[in-house]
Amino acid sequence: MENVLAQLSQQAAELDRLQPFVGANAQTPYLADPETKLHRKLCESLEEAIKRSGLKDGMTISFHHAFREGDKVVNQVVDTLARMGFKNLTLASSSLLNCHDPLVEHIKSGVVTQIYTSGLRGKLAEAVSNGLMKRPVQIHSHGGRVHLLQTGELKVDVAFLGVACCDEFGNANGSHGNLNCGSLGYAKVDAQYARQVVLLTQEMVNFPNLPVSISQDRVDLIVKLEAVGDPSLISVGAARVTKNPRDLLIARRAADVIEHSGYFKDGFSMQTGSGGASTAATRFLEERMSRDGITASLALGGITGSICDLHKKGLIKTVADVQSFDRDAAESLRTSPGHLEISANEYANPTSKGAYVDRVDVVILSALEIDLDFNVNVITGSDGVMRGASGGHCDVAAAANLSIIVAPLVRGRIPTVVRRVTTVLTPGESIDVLVTDHGIAVNPKRPEVEQRLRDARLPVMTIEELRQRAVGLTGEPEPLEFTERIVGVIRYRDGSVIDVVRQVKIYVIDVEAQRLKSATVELEHQHP
Amino acid sequence: MKLRRSMLFVPGSNAGALSTAFIYKPDSIMFDLEDAVAQSEKDSARLMVFQALRHPAYQEIETVVRVNELNTQFGLKDLEAAVGGGADIVRLPKTENADEIHDLEARVARIEKACGRAVGDTKLMAAIESASGVVNAVAIATASKRMIAIAIAGFDYLVDMHTRRSNGSEPELFYARAAVLHAARAAHIDAFDVVYGNIDDDEGFLREVAIAKGLGFDGKSLIHPKQVELLHRAYAPTKEEVDHANRVLAAAEAAHRKGLGVVSLDGKMVDPPVIEEAEMVLQRAQSS
Amino acid sequence: MKVMKEAIAGTLESSDLLVKVAPSDKGAREIVIQSEVIKQFGKQIKRVVAETLDKLSVSEGSIVIEDKGALDCVIRARVQAAVLRGAGSEETDWGTLS
Repeated sequence: MENVLAQLSQQAAELDRLQPFVGANAQTPYLADPETKLHRKLCESLEEAIKRSGLKDGMTISFHHAFREGDKVVNQVVDTLARMGFKNLTLASSSLLNCHDPLVEHIKSGVVTQIYTSGLRGKLAEAVSNGLMKRPVQIHSHGGRVHLLQTGELKVDVAFLGVACCDEFGNANGSHGNLNCGSLGYAKVDAQYARQVVLLTQEMVNFPNLPVSISQDRVDLIVKLEAVGDPSLISVGAARVTKNPRDLLIARRAADVIEHSGYFKDGFSMQTGSGGASTAATRFLEERMSRDGITASLALGGITGSICDLHKKGLIKTVADVQSFDRDAAESLRTSPGHLEISANEYANPTSKGAYVDRVDVVILSALEIDLDFNVNVITGSDGVMRGASGGHCDVAAAANLSIIVAPLVRGRIPTVVRRVTTVLTPGESIDVLVTDHGIAVNPKRPEVEQRLRDARLPVMTIEELRQRAVGLTGEPEPLEFTERIVGVIRYRDGSVIDVVRQVKIYVIDVEAQRLKSATVELEHQHP
Repeated sequence: MKLRRSMLFVPGSNAGALSTAFIYKPDSIMFDLEDAVAQSEKDSARLMVFQALRHPAYQEIETVVRVNELNTQFGLKDLEAAVGGGADIVRLPKTENADEIHDLEARVARIEKACGRAVGDTKLMAAIESASGVVNAVAIATASKRMIAIAIAGFDYLVDMHTRRSNGSEPELFYARAAVLHAARAAHIDAFDVVYGNIDDDEGFLREVAIAKGLGFDGKSLIHPKQVELLHRAYAPTKEEVDHANRVLAAAEAAHRKGLGVVSLDGKMVDPPVIEEAEMVLQRAQSS
Repeated sequence: MKVMKEAIAGTLESSDLLVKVAPSDKGAREIVIQSEVIKQFGKQIKRVVAETLDKLSVSEGSIVIEDKGALDCVIRARVQAAVLRGAGSEETDWGTLS
């Protein structure tokens, strides 16, 4: 054999790399042993999995948020990493929610020193906005996260992925079992790009586990844990259509806009956010679809029970699901052949070979603020705190043929329409129509849409008029004050920096308290 | 011709409601100082309503204030706030007879003079909430030139009648509805139907609206913003009705141009009331 | 008008405010404002409260505001109500309340 190899390498130089056959399992000795062949991935504990993953200080770990507020993976993993003495980790989660407050302590103690996420909430959001972290948080969209993984800026060393059920080889899904959360759209991407993939589950089932969302050929290690999530918080019952009369008014108006936009044709495609007005708009659209004999070819999202209801009724042909928001949606994914699970890459990555967002005709999204150029802020609240999520907002707004924002003109005393948003998350060029309870504004770059809405006698006005109505009610707000220090970087879906969030200036803060309180005391002395 | 299909009740003590009621664009907004407001809060609610009346957002909508009965410690102060604040209409609850309207009119005129408002500017409406009110409806409706509407308030009326809602064909309200309607027509003013209290039952609401509309009620008192849109849609004329109204008005126009005294359409005579009705139909169509 | 006793008006409901007035023993007027929108509207709220008190000729007293995002017209009304209650006054000169 040595002679043969020598001869080969003379014939073609690069062939000197070839090795002679030594034995059937020379490269993969664990396959020779019947025990390890089948069971090698199983770990007794999270500690064992972490040790075997080769994780070191300074590396990057990742998570997904399909378990929403019922997630127990992030806290358990990071608690364990802290106990094991890890430091300087970069934490990349597709999003972070209120249940992830315990991360504040781990950041303080240096376990986690960098965060990549689509959103922040609760005490973590307050702490970060008040300067908790030395390195600013990187806020990305759902599609943008995949792009960061592909360009290599985000290099995940170990992905810790909670799943509803799993076999010993790693075939896993989110749609079957006690903890079913529906689509594992975000997890699928991590399973593809992470160097080491650790699955965490409460339910081990017999091989082979079907359906396969995460395949065995992507999984390195598996840990069975007591609790990976809280079912009561993962998938609540389908949100009933809001009864708030203001949301209903806005929703009906949004449906009117779609009806007269020029995009309301048989076979159209749609996406709605999960807010009250967005979900209610689905119901009003249903009336018009039934009346006019129009069916949608596709609904994309973020899928709610209302969308699945229309799917059941035959009004929406196909549902493409990257995240199932409620139990009805998870159920529909499990049972309907027309309800697909898609990955975040298939969903919204701008450099994907094919993203579903590019097939959307009409999308309904929300906003915290929108300015005279139609730029949208969904992340910085009226107190200046970075609390909220980028999500798929800028992805689908850029891609859809008609992007509609629904929002009340004024929330309490805070105007939604402002001169300039506190933080730009989605650029105005991606936003076409604003629907509020006071009226509708159309981006000047869509004059044909504006004309159609005016012809339909809908209450169309300029966005400046809307802003003046808002200010007429509330008074002109003083601008929020920030320090120079940057605490968050808003990354547009292509990785570029579209805006930054600075540390908020506060008169009185209590970061440990449940709610951020702010008060000012003024004393006036007048002599009698 | 002022459309009065929807009169949305807004409790005077509810800051949130006062701050947002105008977005629903009802034909009229009624700020309530009476039954919706607790005794201990009457003073504060009165001030809230006074401020709301002067707010720019309410200048474009017809404003009504339901004052407390004038023989209570609150009624006269409510009147000062309502007239002084610029309310378009004062709604007198539990109106029993024409004298109460005369008394109300006199007091309103005094307040108008005192605060510099044109005398006669404030209009009046009466709510019929008892058997006496029903029986005196015509006298009440014609008691003053300022009267622009008469409403039937179902709950108190039925208590006075020793009965309650049947939630079916409602025979217990039939006479009162008929009496109030006739009084309204005799006085050439608007008639308002009862409040529908079950805000979770849209179908029940629409059934009742259909009955009221069929009887000829101009509008209805509403207690929840979502009822405004439902009511306006129910009162929207059909395409056939609109087409017919257009033809009636075209015929009237043609007759006028030719100098004819009599208007005819399809071989039938068209009376002035029919022409008025056609105008009303088009008005309703335009604002739905 | 003089605040003779402690009084409260308003609620802590969204878009409303709670106003507490009390007599002052220092011969001074002290306004304390706590608000959900203190950053954007703190100055404006203070101005509206001060103006309302000025029109009622209230030069002494402690006025504490807990605001839940109320519009100016509501602030005016609640401050007026609290002062009138605190002054034990039944009479209202509508000129001072505009």
